[in-house]
Amino acid sequence: MQRGPEVNIKVHRAFGPVVEGEAVVSEEGFSPRYDLDRWTGVITKPGHKLEGTSIVDKICFFPTAKGGIAAGWAFYDIKWKKIAPKAFIFGVTNPVMVQGAVFAGIPITEGWDPHPREVVKSGDWVRVDPARKLVEVLKRGKRR
Amino acid sequence: MELTPEEQSILGGGRGEAARRALQYQIEVGRFWGAKRFVPVTNVHMMGDIEVMGDAGLEFLKSELKQSARCIVPTTTNARCMDFAHCERMGQDAGEAVKEKEIIATLRRMDVVTTDTCINYQTVYQPHLGEHVAWGDTGTVIYANSVFGARSNFEAGPAALAAALTGRTPEYGFHLDEHRKGTFAVQLKARLDDLADWGAVGKLVGESHQNYYAVPVFHGYRRAPAADELKHLGAALASYGSMGMFHFVGVTPEAPSTLPNEKMVVSDADLELVYRNYKLGDGDARLVVFSGPQQSLFEMKNLSSLFQNREIKNGTTCIVTTNSAILQQSRDLGYAKILEDAGVTILEGVCFYILQNLSPMRVANRWTNMVSNSAKIVNIIGAHRFNTILRRTADCVEIACSGVLK
Repeated sequence: MQRGPEVNIKVHRAFGPVVEGEAVVSEEGFSPRYDLDRWTGVITKPGHKLEGTSIVDKICFFPTAKGGIAAGWAFYDIKWKKIAPKAFIFGVTNPVMVQGAVFAGIPITEGWDPHPREVVKSGDWVRVDPARKLVEVLKRGKRR
Repeated sequence: MELTPEEQSILGGGRGEAARRALQYQIEVGRFWGAKRFVPVTNVHMMGDIEVMGDAGLEFLKSELKQSARCIVPTTTNARCMDFAHCERMGQDAGEAVKEKEIIATLRRMDVVTTDTCINYQTVYQPHLGEHVAWGDTGTVIYANSVFGARSNFEAGPAALAAALTGRTPEYGFHLDEHRKGTFAVQLKARLDDLADWGAVGKLVGESHQNYYAVPVFHGYRRAPAADELKHLGAALASYGSMGMFHFVGVTPEAPSTLPNEKMVVSDADLELVYRNYKLGDGDARLVVFSGPQQSLFEMKNLSSLFQNREIKNGTTCIVTTNSAILQQSRDLGYAKILEDAGVTILEGVCFYILQNLSPMRVANRWTNMVSNSAKIVNIIGAHRFNTILRRTADCVEIACSGVLK
């Protein structure tokens, strides 16, 4: 039986169905083109704060979005290859990320209160509920 | 969102299944951003090639064509991932080349004009003040908004294609006056004699203000900047800062007469620090790239004068990318011959950044570093595990010819 949420994060804008999964929390922004190996789903940009981390099936928290129109096709591509994350939770995002996520049917949100840094760690189990504009931390991960 | 009778008819299937799906998708995107309505667009520029789309994107495109997808506004394509004349020698996959040709053929049947250029604003179409367009490649968008005073958001491939099919885009972001105002001021005290310097300004300003809605206002520069300088500035701002617009007092049409309160300064010392901070890794100097964005005619002219009577160092690869129109003129004017005589590889209709098979190409050539005068490409190629180094144009040429990285 699932316990009730330990903490809620309110988000400002959101798209997609409800999903649950393991959180990956980044201190650095993200682009699926600049940072991600699109054949393995591992962040490979040298020096990225999550270098070596897989985002496959994860719920990814990124403070910002980086550049890149090419990212618009990339989400659909990685979803097709079954290496997509379950959701993107952005502090600040840009239209490309939203256009790409909507096209691929991947939940995406923007804006957060409180800041995830204060309430969620990589490895925690979270639920994203776009219709209610809510991210719930359901269970603490082992790494805490 | 409020829909006009025409939009309701599209949504009801009045213009076919492809247009209906496109509008439905645009409504979802518009809802996310709180768009109240659609705005008609006059021109679309889209990214679509096998490297960015993958098999999934190709299948989607083919299904669109089956649903009789047709562009209803003039639509052009961005740089792609293969120059077929060079792909075998570059070590690109023959199978992917077949798919790339399939994408091009499919797009043409949908009435897309396959220009294969990321400098459409220099060579294909220059929108006027206030004109709404739907462009992709962030460098094209920031140039359209800033220099022309046209109005576009970043439109990724699927979003641009949807706009081409419906003739409209959701009204949010840079289509609205409220997002086009300057948010911070940047005084340019630096000399900025080289295109790489302009990109470095974009890096400094973009990295410190990563936000789509941050709009820098440049001022205090000693002379009027040239189009290629604004091109490198904009491309770098969009890349490092995810920005879609800037103002330049005395230069761009919507620049404000009073400066925002937040202020920063860029000096020569700041730029020197940017160059000094690139790590040289193992000193590998065997890959020098002039790309991202494609070279303009004047950039080709300048490169040809720098490479005149020079030769690329044995074992070094130097790549220049441009579009078919500029390449043809460069051939007519003799610039291309000078570059090729020096050993430069000129690729047509592509960008180095999205070359198909780039990671395996890096491994096969044992490249560790990539040197370029483009701050944008230096920023965006990291996922392919290149260590990247920004250098001024003449320094890049010297590195390519001497094999010595400093």
